[in-house]
Amino acid sequence: MNHKRRVLLKSTLAAGATGVAISAGLLTPKAVLAAWPKAAFEAKEANAALEAALGSSAATESGEIKMKAPDIAENGAVVPITVTSDIDGSESISIVVKENGTPLAASFNMGPDTAAFVSTRIKMAKTSDVTAVVKAGGKLYSASKNVKVTIGGCGG
Amino acid sequence: MAKSSIKVRAKVKKGEATVKCLISHPMETGLRKNKKTGKMIPAHFIQEVNCEHGGKNVMNAQWSGTISKNPFLSFKFSGANKGDTIKISWVDNTGKSDSTEAKMK
Repeated sequence: MNHKRRVLLKSTLAAGATGVAISAGLLTPKAVLAAWPKAAFEAKEANAALEAALGSSAATESGEIKMKAPDIAENGAVVPITVTSDIDGSESISIVVKENGTPLAASFNMGPDTAAFVSTRIKMAKTSDVTAVVKAGGKLYSASKNVKVTIGGCGG
Repeated sequence: MAKSSIKVRAKVKKGEATVKCLISHPMETGLRKNKKTGKMIPAHFIQEVNCEHGGKNVMNAQWSGTISKNPFLSFKFSGANKGDTIKISWVDNTGKSDSTEAKMK
């Protein structure tokens, strides 16, 4: 009964807190401007998605990025992915699933003290290469792994 | 207040914090059909997750419907002490949001 009011109250509070943080100069402008890149997430093709998200799709293969993903995912709805980058100055990590309808799964922007490490779970429609793209010092580096999916996670 | 949709575990070891969080959310892509009615299930997924520590944004994750239902996120950052508070918040594509605070152990 009170649920809607609570949600409203909470969102108002959250917005208020962000406003205070901005006016106090606590949030860097970059973090504030990082609006959700709609075009990147709606792109139907991996390279187009990368261009929209990171400004370029020219990524160099790098052995300094370690991606942990299963060889065979029994259930495409839950595929655990862990990415670690040893490249100095890694700013962001993006996860791209080539064969998904919308290849860009997620982008993670790290703060200056944040380690280049993320772990999450994604959905995969079918067997595909999963690529982690790391942005460091204005350049893009990538690592890929093929994950076999026995049951798809989309439209199941 | 209603129970938060976010579960957080944050541990500090030698100045490095490991944060793990689980968010309960349907994460609908908008491409699935309801088998009984044949209608499309509207998209409903988290777009952005933010984590703040000491007034600084340590992690900003931008997600799509490709992230699994009830998403899990783990990351690490340095410069944290035991007892510090971190704040995790999310916003989804329908404008809903939630946030929670947790003490580091």
